[in-house]
Amino acid sequence: MVATQKEPSMLLQKQLIASHYDRLAEGRQKVVYTFVPGNLNELVRSFDLLPVLPEINALQSGMRKLSGEYIAEAEKQGHSEDVCTYVKCDIGMLKKGNLGPTGKPLPKPDLLLLSYTGCFTFMKWFELLRSEYGDVPVAMLHVPYQSNGRIEPHQREYVVEQLRNEVIPKLERVSGKRFDIHRLREMLALSARAEDDLVWVLESAKNTPSPIDAYFGGVYYIGPIFSAFRGTPEAVDYYRLLREEVAARLAAGEGPITPEGPLRREKYRLVVEGPPNWTSFREFWRMFYDEDAVVVASTYTKVGGLYDGGFRHDPRRPLETLADYCLGCYTNLSLPARVDLLERYIRDYNADGLLINSVKSCNSFSVGQLLMLRQLEERTGVPGAFIESDLVDPRYFSAANIKNRLESYLQMLDQRRGAAA
Amino acid sequence: MTESLTQLLTRAKVLSDDIDFTAVRDWKQRTGGKAVGHMPIYVPRELIHAAGMLPVGIVGGGDKLEIIRGDAFFQSYICRIPRSTIELALSHRLDLLDGMLFPSICDVIRNLSGMWSMLFPDRYVRYVDVPQNFESDVGGAYWSHELRMLLRDFGRLSDREVTDDDLRNSIAVYNENRAAIRALYRARSARPWVYPLSEIYLILRAGNVLPPEEHTAMVRDYLELAPLDASRRDQDRSRVVLVGMFCEQPPHGLVVTLERAGCWVVDDDLLLGLRWLLHDVPLAGDPIENLVDGFLTQSVSTASKYAPDGNRAQWLLDSVRRNHAEGVVFCAPSFCDPALLEQPMLVKALDAHRVPHTEFKYSEDTGQFAVIREQAGTFSDSIRLWS
Repeated sequence: MVATQKEPSMLLQKQLIASHYDRLAEGRQKVVYTFVPGNLNELVRSFDLLPVLPEINALQSGMRKLSGEYIAEAEKQGHSEDVCTYVKCDIGMLKKGNLGPTGKPLPKPDLLLLSYTGCFTFMKWFELLRSEYGDVPVAMLHVPYQSNGRIEPHQREYVVEQLRNEVIPKLERVSGKRFDIHRLREMLALSARAEDDLVWVLESAKNTPSPIDAYFGGVYYIGPIFSAFRGTPEAVDYYRLLREEVAARLAAGEGPITPEGPLRREKYRLVVEGPPNWTSFREFWRMFYDEDAVVVASTYTKVGGLYDGGFRHDPRRPLETLADYCLGCYTNLSLPARVDLLERYIRDYNADGLLINSVKSCNSFSVGQLLMLRQLEERTGVPGAFIESDLVDPRYFSAANIKNRLESYLQMLDQRRGAAA
Repeated sequence: MTESLTQLLTRAKVLSDDIDFTAVRDWKQRTGGKAVGHMPIYVPRELIHAAGMLPVGIVGGGDKLEIIRGDAFFQSYICRIPRSTIELALSHRLDLLDGMLFPSICDVIRNLSGMWSMLFPDRYVRYVDVPQNFESDVGGAYWSHELRMLLRDFGRLSDREVTDDDLRNSIAVYNENRAAIRALYRARSARPWVYPLSEIYLILRAGNVLPPEEHTAMVRDYLELAPLDASRRDQDRSRVVLVGMFCEQPPHGLVVTLERAGCWVVDDDLLLGLRWLLHDVPLAGDPIENLVDGFLTQSVSTASKYAPDGNRAQWLLDSVRRNHAEGVVFCAPSFCDPALLEQPMLVKALDAHRVPHTEFKYSEDTGQFAVIREQAGTFSDSIRLWS
């Protein structure tokens, strides 16, 4: 296996995340469990509380090849084989000692902040956690679905009222601190700065060759801002550094850095819809690398916040901006809005193809993807491909099938190019 | 069985099985009115009715429909109700619907609403996102706004102005319907051998396509006629609560199988939307606010609804106690996230209270019942022998 080339931003991210888990393990600060989509990181951290994100733990378990064992444990406890493997991985991890990604035990939650955004399963997930942990308070934030393709004023108001009446009082109670709107505003201003740089990085893929991979590389880029660091100076520093690195690669006409080394030749430009598989993440990425395929835009990198449409956290209207952020996360968009976004990506990023990775665990993403594919092919004339895997269940990643399908698809793109020439 | 009861049940079975929605077609022809379909579980049918339209419950194609095109829209790991519902639509069986509502049950039905608007861009489609916050000035204010928007839409769709009195009248009609169903459930709990689930299920399903006034009369007739059948006697069976069937409905044969296997079903969550509101909605005052209050404070507990007190199992334990049940049968559709995700929690609570339980899965077109019969039979026997 080739030694992975580490850029300074990667090392900084690793350091940031390790320091977060160290602080959690120290146990000096109270802890809020919450979800990535619709996370209220600035608000949580304005109370000096630390977030724990069970999805991140699950995907980390997947990457560390532990998820299979955790899922088996959950299924042994009666959890159905039909349901979300993130949930089962988390429950299994809890049953086996709740060791976090750095191998240190995760603290129990002091509050379960149930941000019900774009995924019904979240609700049942935290009901299960509440059942496991016993007497832990829960703050429920119901984020209505953007079914009309836009944020309606009464939806925003509903979320804001929940923040005022449900979430903030419970954060105050757990932390023992009063809500400090000035501190929240400061953090939101920091969020916007980091978001500016993240969008610049993601949009750099409009160039040919693209200096980034916006899916496999993209999941690393979104790491700090989708997890514990949005609204912090550390996130601002990270995204500034990342931007500088990408700008340098862009100026040099270089492609993305991959675990196999820099991509030397960009042969295919793809848009990807759907989350990645985590248990065979590197193997999955290598299939693209081997074919000189680069992902220029992806929807998964928008689940924790959709910023490339212009949204930025706005410190002038702190609660309303948090509401808009939650309402605007990718999986909270209607299917027609998701198709519109993907069409824009295919055109703006000059993509050769669209690949959908449909994951068994996530109905929020997966239901409707076959129709989305057909509509996008009709609208853009760009051919699509469809593969199936799972988030963290190793039983649902068939490398041979996926590789065959990917290779066949890319050959078909070649033939079309030949015919067009 | 008396002739009148046979006739009534035959009619209910015809209505239940009819995937061409002949009764809806006849109603439209007779009245000139429009029809609005809705998926399970809850939509405020009073609003549709108040606009002079017919609410039509759509619960997929069951075991009566061969899926030809619907499978091309869904991966293998998605439950069956969306694919058979798409099949119904693509085979033009739902062309008679002038609108379609998709309540917030799960991510599948939510995304189906988007698929509907992409496939049928000229039809009225709406996702009905019920509140998961139950404070009157928070979730209540939101739900009130949603209901007023729905009512405005229905007024436009039916081309008539819907007054408060129209809505009060419709609330009264549905109060009657729910009261009749509640009476049926009470009677069944007291004497399940008089009102077996295999018959109740047909009577309830008829409510998907009948105007509520006619359905109420059917329920009342059944309540009167069933006890007149002298052949109905108590048998040595186990009293069980059935859980997990609130969305994708089981084939009738599965319900019959459970009874033949030795179970008297004394409570269930089949077609839950018909009895979502637990008490009469007041007629005085603002009818929208009354519906809002009914939803927030007087509605059933089910898997797709958040339980602020954190005790999702309590409703099941209450049902077991209230209905003198001896066991619980978890019977959920394959790939049903809401039902299957919470099952371990409910099992834990039942174990803590030493309530026996068993579980199996089905799909709406399940055709082989031998395994279910054996499992349910063994469960029922074990209760009677050792409980």
